Amino acid sequence: MADYTTSEMMTVAAARMLGNGTVCFVGIGLPSTAANLARLTHAPEAVLIYESGPIGTKPNVLPLSIGDGELATTADTVVSTPEIFRYWLQGGRIDVGFLGGAQIDRYANLNTTVIGPYDKPRVRLPGAGGAPEIAAMAGEVLIIMSQNTRAFVDKLDFVTTAGHLDGGDARKRAGLPGKGPTAVITDLCIMRPDAETRELVVTELHPGVTADQVREKTGWDIRFANDVVETTPPAANELSVLRALLKRTAEAHGTAT
Amino acid sequence: MAKICTLAEAIGEFLHDGDTVAMEGFTHLIPHAAAHETIRQKRRDLTLVRMTPDLIYDQLIGMGCAKRLVFSWGGNPGVGSLHRFRDAVEKGWPHPLEIEEHSHADLANAYVAGASGLPFAVLRGYAGSDLPRHNPRIRFISCPFTGEQLAAVPSLRPDVTVIHAQKADRKGNVLIWGIVGVQKEAVLAARRAIVTVEEVVDKLDAGPNACVLPHWVVSAVAAVPTGAHPSYAHGYYDRDNRFYTAWDAISRERGTFTAWMDRHVLATKDWESYRKVLAETGGKA
Repeated sequence: MADYTTSEMMTVAAARMLGNGTVCFVGIGLPSTAANLARLTHAPEAVLIYESGPIGTKPNVLPLSIGDGELATTADTVVSTPEIFRYWLQGGRIDVGFLGGAQIDRYANLNTTVIGPYDKPRVRLPGAGGAPEIAAMAGEVLIIMSQNTRAFVDKLDFVTTAGHLDGGDARKRAGLPGKGPTAVITDLCIMRPDAETRELVVTELHPGVTADQVREKTGWDIRFANDVVETTPPAANELSVLRALLKRTAEAHGTAT
Repeated sequence: MAKICTLAEAIGEFLHDGDTVAMEGFTHLIPHAAAHETIRQKRRDLTLVRMTPDLIYDQLIGMGCAKRLVFSWGGNPGVGSLHRFRDAVEKGWPHPLEIEEHSHADLANAYVAGASGLPFAVLRGYAGSDLPRHNPRIRFISCPFTGEQLAAVPSLRPDVTVIHAQKADRKGNVLIWGIVGVQKEAVLAARRAIVTVEEVVDKLDAGPNACVLPHWVVSAVAAVPTGAHPSYAHGYYDRDNRFYTAWDAISRERGTFTAWMDRHVLATKDWESYRKVLAETGGKA
């Protein structure tokens, strides 16, 4: 029995993708947890930027909302929302966009808008937020999502945010400046886009996870790399820092059980 | 010159039925008291504009004040769905809500264009997204110099922008700090602006680069301490995360929502009496 959860494995694996010194535009939720874990472990010089305006923020507890005061008090500077999107994101100063999503397809396009038809949605989701431009402009995009067939779907009802569109050089043709998604980190595995087709391919399986389990939780016929490797399990330090961070956060937000 | 008055007077004079209203505040300084007063005064047919419709727009929509919503992200931050917003979009309750949907970068740029007196904003955005197919106000133009395809959206020009800030002085000069969001642009883009503040002081003590809205761009200033709750006011009080969580249960069903709004908002005469009732009920459904 592993001494960590699949969710912890996912967060740790995602955190490892963020290099020290990287300038990262961080989405709320799982991306924010992973980015801060990176900052508190191997990437102390990572620069975290949130769309609410804090640049170089070093929160002691995770924000519950994208604009928590903790982000402002611990930032190098806080700028206005137009400035964040215009100078910092559109200006090309972001290395990595770190996103989550409600639904994803085999080309890492994201849906956060509707389930069902747009004009008569079965489920109305929150919408785009900053994601379309983050995914367009950041040097590359990391996506972190729990894996199940409702989230990993054959066809999106709505493309909110372009990943690799319909594959190949579609991003280039569409005039999207950044490289797009370079990895999708789930609670089961890590997928990366094929160098040619840009279709997501499983390159790492988390310890104890089988290929069949991944197939069962994917809404399309998921491909596997020839040389799938096992993800390195979380190190003691990664786990203890993550757990301490989540504990501090729960206490601060009054959600501790 | 800003009029220093009560919130009821400010809404009564400057926010009218049928107006396009922007209530801004990016998680921080959300003008909850002003939204309540808008509901109390039973404004109707509003076009509500806001980057991040959260609890206040859930309340305005559920109470039937809105006919149209212009937005870029509608959720209960850190909690989940906005149930009244979803009910209006998915089931047309209490009446159908037209929606005009954008991205954050788009709306931020559209406010800047509005504040700059320009007819539209240009941004590098939306490539590959389905949003332009469903929103005819998102279009594409070619750069006249390079030929690059860029997105164009009409500037935002609200009839009235409503914000909450930390301080104003007795002339109505307004000081905001912390996460300042898009409030300055939203105020300068609007024809009229209503500002609620934590306190009115003799002297702002603002540094030379501080975010100050001069009194002559503001229509009315009303002192409403705690007026951003359950959002927060940097330097005054923290975000009430428990209320955001509680709102999920209050707003999930039409009946509990309506009963809560009746008791807490319609049956109270102002923010102060709302806060007293809230303390008694513990905010529960």
